[in-house]
Amino acid sequence: MMRRSSVCLMFLILATVAGCKHSAATSPALKARAAGTAIAASSGGQQIGETGTALKDPLVVQVNDDHGTAVQGALVEFRGPAGVHFDPAAVLTDSSGQATTTIRLGTIAGRYQISAVTPGKSQSATIQAVETALGYQQELGYLLAEKYCDRCHDPESSVERVSNYDNLEVKPHPFTEGDTLNKMSDADLVAIIQHGGPALNRSALMPPYGNTLSAADVRALIASIRAVADPPYQPAGTVYARK
Amino acid sequence: MLFGDPVRAFGVVSLVLLAALAIAPAKDHFSEWHGYQQRYLSLIRDRGDAVSLRRRFQPGIRQVWLPELGVVDRCTTCHEGLKEASLADVHEQPFREHPAIPHKLDEFGCVICHRGQGAATTVAEAHHSERAGEEPILPARYIESGCGQCHQNALTGTPHLNQGRIMLARYGCVHCHTVKLPDGSAMTASDNPPSLAHVADKTTREWIYSWLKDPQAYAVSATMPNYKLSDADASDISAFLISSSTPRAGDTAAVEVKSTASADPSAGASLYGESFCASCHAVQNAAGNVVGGDVGPELTRIGNKAKPEWLQAWLENPRSYDPTTLMPHYRFTPQQIAILAGFLKNKSDADYGAGVRLAPATQQQIVHGKKLVAELGCAACHQINGVRSPENFAPDLSRIGSKPLAQIVFLPGMQHALPNYIAAKIQQPRAFGPGLKMPQFTLTTPQTDDLTNALLALTDRSYTMPDTLRVAAVQDTNYQPAGRAGKLMSDLACFSCHRINGRGSDMAPDLTWEGSSVQRQWLDDFLKNPNTLRPSLIRRMPRFNLSDDDRKELTDYILVVYQSPDIDPDIAPMAANPPAMVEHGRQLFYSKYACQSCHIADTKTDKGYIGPTLTAVGSRLTPAWIYAWLKDPQALRPGTIEPNQKISDDDARALTAFLMTLKGSGGQEAKR
Repeated sequence: MMRRSSVCLMFLILATVAGCKHSAATSPALKARAAGTAIAASSGGQQIGETGTALKDPLVVQVNDDHGTAVQGALVEFRGPAGVHFDPAAVLTDSSGQATTTIRLGTIAGRYQISAVTPGKSQSATIQAVETALGYQQELGYLLAEKYCDRCHDPESSVERVSNYDNLEVKPHPFTEGDTLNKMSDADLVAIIQHGGPALNRSALMPPYGNTLSAADVRALIASIRAVADPPYQPAGTVYARK
Repeated sequence: MLFGDPVRAFGVVSLVLLAALAIAPAKDHFSEWHGYQQRYLSLIRDRGDAVSLRRRFQPGIRQVWLPELGVVDRCTTCHEGLKEASLADVHEQPFREHPAIPHKLDEFGCVICHRGQGAATTVAEAHHSERAGEEPILPARYIESGCGQCHQNALTGTPHLNQGRIMLARYGCVHCHTVKLPDGSAMTASDNPPSLAHVADKTTREWIYSWLKDPQAYAVSATMPNYKLSDADASDISAFLISSSTPRAGDTAAVEVKSTASADPSAGASLYGESFCASCHAVQNAAGNVVGGDVGPELTRIGNKAKPEWLQAWLENPRSYDPTTLMPHYRFTPQQIAILAGFLKNKSDADYGAGVRLAPATQQQIVHGKKLVAELGCAACHQINGVRSPENFAPDLSRIGSKPLAQIVFLPGMQHALPNYIAAKIQQPRAFGPGLKMPQFTLTTPQTDDLTNALLALTDRSYTMPDTLRVAAVQDTNYQPAGRAGKLMSDLACFSCHRINGRGSDMAPDLTWEGSSVQRQWLDDFLKNPNTLRPSLIRRMPRFNLSDDDRKELTDYILVVYQSPDIDPDIAPMAANPPAMVEHGRQLFYSKYACQSCHIADTKTDKGYIGPTLTAVGSRLTPAWIYAWLKDPQALRPGTIEPNQKISDDDARALTAFLMTLKGSGGQEAKR
């Protein structure tokens, strides 16, 4: 008995602290005690974190049966692209039908599509969530945007920050607005950040930050705007002719 | 025989020699790195810029050698594309472009940040070697620890490292562990644990018992760790703490209140709100979220903890119980104290500690409790009568980031790497041995990662770095204003929110140059009744019931002492400016500089919600300050988000003239 509990403890420690590659493989097969037919996202999707780090909030999904009531003890498996680590990778739903996992993103910056699968009775149910990993420069820009830009450019207010978006006569573009911002070149974005809206014949409500932010800061800001754009930004790269 | 025939012997020896000569090139050819270089060449062959990529490619082993940093890194032998921006779309390792960072790879090498074995030329040795003292490569989530070896300051781009350092100070780690920094200074704690010298005045033995058993059950945001005490041990410690506590005059004397409870049941909640208690204290709401500041303790169940008499005495003057508290002396009226104490008393949970019945303490229990308190090092954080604060209680962590792996006892099954050890020590300290004293902290995975980052930055290398690379931390000064005003400022705990001359918190504006900034009448009115300057802020200056004398003392002191030498009061005189200039300033305000995007100059038309409201700025700020601010805001308050627009002298003068005409009605009301 003692040995078993110490083995359990050991596994717990392994699962929480050890490297990513083994824990999914070594996890003992969980036996589902019940099966649901539908799976729904509860919270933890659409998060933005740094490459290789754990996301701040856990991913929570809900398993329901045909009648929409929560199912306890249903097996939920989390899957993602290589490099993504789930802690735990498979879990049984709790009494409110929810399964929770902490996600650690991979080391390549970009969007990660995560799926949560529950086997179900006849066929499995899947829900997908997208999480974004930022590299160093993008993260720096993201933090700068939080300090200097989001008060106007983010229409959502948070507990700590009341948005100024609705107060502005000319509405700024939220940075996630890929439809508009993806069409603007890096040079245009640099101009508008450094010299203000009038630099591109736009509203003077956007002040110039060229004397306040360094050139590296502005580059970082643009990198972060590109990273969070929805639909995703496709850089206009060189077109290589194939031999 | 072989040597019988000289010709044959010559032939054989020649062949052996030839074969021996071929060993070296063959070894290179069949080496791992050669394979990677071949793969790189085939990868770039079909790309548009193959010619220039091919030109920059150098075959053979390559290395970055930096003698002054002790770096010999051969990583670039395989990681060929690190500096090739055109390979941004290649995600295949080892050919990816290095993500953009502020440093050049040639100046710092790789292992300073990534660890691993730089001199190795095989993947297994370079990345995964765990042999005697060799470090494997650092997982990406700890990469910010590399920055922390030189940058003792908080960088914008290293949020995890910064957070980890804050946690080292805030969770009290440095009360027990010494953390010296390469510049000779030591990390200091920021959590200000309460003195327990008079704890019996404040709370009951039963509460102490319940708290010791599980601090987070009382307050989810509590930073005190769980010592996993047995019932008997918790009971003995609580017995000792109560018996060692000395009474303090005034703590138990109930404040005389004429009408004990207010007729209005919401009076308590509104006084709590008006006094901006939530700027520092949090409360857990019905949804389970902890809402409010984290400067003072969480008050969700304060009614379970504090004795009513003590609570009243505390609200009357917190400094009489704890002279070092961060809480201001509000100068509440007895009526207000009764209302607020009643309101806080009701913040209780009937279930909390309901089953706790402790038999009266025996002498034996008290003696055992004292022994436990000494053993567990309680006095490292708390002041306790009769127990001296232990020195070097826990291992020194000044160089934990370079702890040789040979000195570490890993748990079975654990990867033999330093970050894994540190993270496991933080998350499961007692798993490493039954007799270990380190308590159990309640930390999430991201929090553990952040702390591990901060600890991994404490390396031997950080001591040997050239001084030119080191960036010192911004240390708090021990500035203390003098005289009666200084005493008043301590009593009002100004430094708990404001920063002055490098000391204090950043919750409220820096007041170092406040004397140059504001006008006397406004300052006096503000201290009497602080009105809101920034509409979007949730944390605001509370109202202290200051006497006229105290207000005058503070106003005089601030206006005389907190003067900036860079602000010339004559540059923009108070005298009336020509109306044309004012009108020009108004046009600049609304058109050229579009200040209304962030500020409100006229409540009828403007909606800017970011900067302070300017409707009465002409009666608040001095023209010299406005002028200097317009010219360069960051020079007056570093880090302020108003952009420096390099406004010309003429424009700044016109804008100042316009702003000085905004006298507002608020100022008039306050004067009345």
